[in-house]
Amino acid sequence: MKRFAALYRELDRSTGTADKRAALVAYFREAPVEDAAWALWLLSGGKLAASRARIANSRELRAWIVAESGQPEWLVEDCYDHVGDLAETLALLLDDPAAEDDDRPLHVWIERELLPPAGADEALRRDAVVRAWRTLGFDQRLLFNKLLTGALRVGVSQRLVQQALAEMSGIDIARIAQRMLGAWTPSPRFMRDLLTVEELPGDRQQPYPFFLASPLEPADGIEVAARLGEVGDWLLEWKWDGIRLQLIRRGGEVALWSRGEERLEGRFPEIEAAAGALARDCVIDGELLAWGEREDRPLPFTALQKRIQRRKPGIRLLAEAPARVLAYDLLELDGTDLRTLPLRQRRETLATLVDQLADPRIALSPLVDARDWTEAARRREDARERGVEGLMLKRRESVYQVGRRRGDWWKWKIEPLTIDGVLLYAQSGHGRRSTLFTDYTFGLWDGEALVPVAKAYSGLDDREILELDRWIRAHTLERFGPVRSVPAEHVFELGFEAVNRSSRHKSGIAVRFPRILRWRRDKPAAEADRLDALKALAR
Amino acid sequence: MPAPRDLVELRPEGLYCPAGDFHIDPWRPVPRAVITHGHGDHARIGMGEYHCSAGSLPILRWRLGEQRYHVHEHGAPFELGGARVSLHPAGHVLGSVQVRIEAGGEVWVASGDYKRQPDPTCAPFEPVRCDVFITEATFGLPVYRWPDTREVVRDIVDWRERCAARGEAAVLFCYALGKAQRLLAELAAVTDRPALLHGAIAAGVQVYRDAGIAMLATRAVAEEEKGRDFAGELILAPPSAAGSPWMRRFRGAQTGFASGWMRLRGNRRRRNYDRGFVVSDHADWPDLMRTVRETGARRVIATHGSTDAIVRALNESGVAAEAFRTSFGDEEA
Repeated sequence: MKRFAALYRELDRSTGTADKRAALVAYFREAPVEDAAWALWLLSGGKLAASRARIANSRELRAWIVAESGQPEWLVEDCYDHVGDLAETLALLLDDPAAEDDDRPLHVWIERELLPPAGADEALRRDAVVRAWRTLGFDQRLLFNKLLTGALRVGVSQRLVQQALAEMSGIDIARIAQRMLGAWTPSPRFMRDLLTVEELPGDRQQPYPFFLASPLEPADGIEVAARLGEVGDWLLEWKWDGIRLQLIRRGGEVALWSRGEERLEGRFPEIEAAAGALARDCVIDGELLAWGEREDRPLPFTALQKRIQRRKPGIRLLAEAPARVLAYDLLELDGTDLRTLPLRQRRETLATLVDQLADPRIALSPLVDARDWTEAARRREDARERGVEGLMLKRRESVYQVGRRRGDWWKWKIEPLTIDGVLLYAQSGHGRRSTLFTDYTFGLWDGEALVPVAKAYSGLDDREILELDRWIRAHTLERFGPVRSVPAEHVFELGFEAVNRSSRHKSGIAVRFPRILRWRRDKPAAEADRLDALKALAR
Repeated sequence: MPAPRDLVELRPEGLYCPAGDFHIDPWRPVPRAVITHGHGDHARIGMGEYHCSAGSLPILRWRLGEQRYHVHEHGAPFELGGARVSLHPAGHVLGSVQVRIEAGGEVWVASGDYKRQPDPTCAPFEPVRCDVFITEATFGLPVYRWPDTREVVRDIVDWRERCAARGEAAVLFCYALGKAQRLLAELAAVTDRPALLHGAIAAGVQVYRDAGIAMLATRAVAEEEKGRDFAGELILAPPSAAGSPWMRRFRGAQTGFASGWMRLRGNRRRRNYDRGFVVSDHADWPDLMRTVRETGARRVIATHGSTDAIVRALNESGVAAEAFRTSFGDEEA
């Protein structure tokens, strides 16, 4: 595990992607394949604690470190508060072992030490963890604790790892990305298959990595859009607020993959049925939406959310929130990869295919006509009325790329809705913000009380974050674990994409993508907005 | 009978000893000050007279100019008012001392800033038995435990070599008085390649050299020829130089910071240093607790830093503890 701990430290330290990539390449070149498989899985966001039976929860770890470090419980909590990261706190509270640092490889640690006691009695699990704490030096101890508490979060994107693997193996990055989609088991066999030059049967069942649009600022006006050139070179579509998905029909079988790399089969039987009737094998990129049969606009996102949560939807839910796919793009037809054709051509073929099907459950995402950027900007203003988030701008000649690449596809959202909320609670952030209170909860007035309505993590600059952090520390009213409550004093303007009614939230309201727009130092808490004002925006 | 007065009280102008009618490291002008060490938050301008150690004198002269200085040898008692006072090494920086006060059958010790790790630039901390111990608590949480400085200094040299291999300079930020000189003294044991200094550090280095402290050979960045390539050089600079125009001359450079705060990853990442090196001139948690035990004090007053935790931990272990809100800062931040 030393080698992987050293990689972790290296990634944690470097600020440039070139350095990170070099460290990854060096690691994958040198590590035994059994280790490399686990390393790849962990760097891709795999969590031992979540996917397998739990080894220790946060409460147990804190209790065990109290005994092992000899510090009282309140002091351990103070330290956790101060450090902001549990894995790191646990590592910091112990001295390094006097003996030579343990030298067993990563896969041995995971397969023989970590996984066997998972789900066993507390005494057994505790023994395994404490034994590790006593034998591992600081770097390995920190990594070990990270494996216990969740994801590594070391600032490495999936794409960066794939670039490193491509550089090292000479295999095309698109193929590597495709082979890594969905759930996979870290094993030497997976690693070998991932990096083989041969065509594998599985290569044909996988979706393609999604091509993602880059944002234009909502506030950007036509002068920014105009820099993109002639409007005639672009295809304009609505930006639908659903779930991006690939609908795969190969050899008569249908699979649905979400952008979150999850297979959705069973959850949307009406879509699978419609896809079964497609005339030809194909892979369609589109947006999954909940959409009532006679409606002219989609149902709010919360309706779709109910559908995703239900593995086997009942008749009532199917009727309440019927699903629909709006097709954007055609990536494959009769087994031929179309991604390098220009978009206009892919879309033409897609239109023919979807027209033949003649089923509203799989329809073409309509184009938005505009003679010039001024008209495009005006059409964008209709977005909220239509229940969409704004416009998509796609270059007619664009090929279908991998991941978020700037230049050919842009999303141009509408200006967010705003409301002034009062800071109620704060919690420390992650990564470079782990020693600061940066996760905030805001409330609105309901009668004499403030009701929490939104959590936001971003929008303040570093100076404001520091100032607010100091104020929170000095004005804490109560602590609930890592969360602190503060006096209702500071008001912030919050922006969000949409407001929906929700039975799952205490306020009766769910906001989409909340973030802080600015600190309203000019406003006293009493003048913050009322819950009713937010409800009026809801649909 | 009224309760006996404390030997040291917190006053708006600083820590005050009524029995001896003097202040310790006051932050406002007073007639008579005993100074623990030369850092700006402990030694300020405007006092009627300054009592200090022989080691502190050159630093005070450099920072405060000519004043009415009274110099005292370590452990040699002197009378101030009705108090018997002596100065004892604190191990923080050159000349740093604790102040021992004896009056009315009681002994109090004010630590100033201190550390217990070895430091070739100053006399080691000397535990002094007392009834009441006034301690700093800059790093008063058990997550603060220092690694061996010799190991850290080796890491610094390794880092410089890695930078050299990449054609980059290694700019190490550190406090200009004390930390920089300690690093240079420790570095002398593992390398003989000279270090380059920012102007703000060079002056303090000269004061240490004049006091006879052996350190790595140094040159001033300002005196290097224009446009030279600094690749592979180790350069010491104050934290305030980070992101300043002064940095531009290094073109490709990595940055590091030497401070106890670098023990936490979040602190390093938040400030965007490439590397953090854990070297502190303050006591870590185990040493704070050990020091309190070694003084035998039955009462402890914590002055600055994470005082809440140390006060509660001591109270729970049977030592009466409280905190003073002072204006002392933290030169490592």
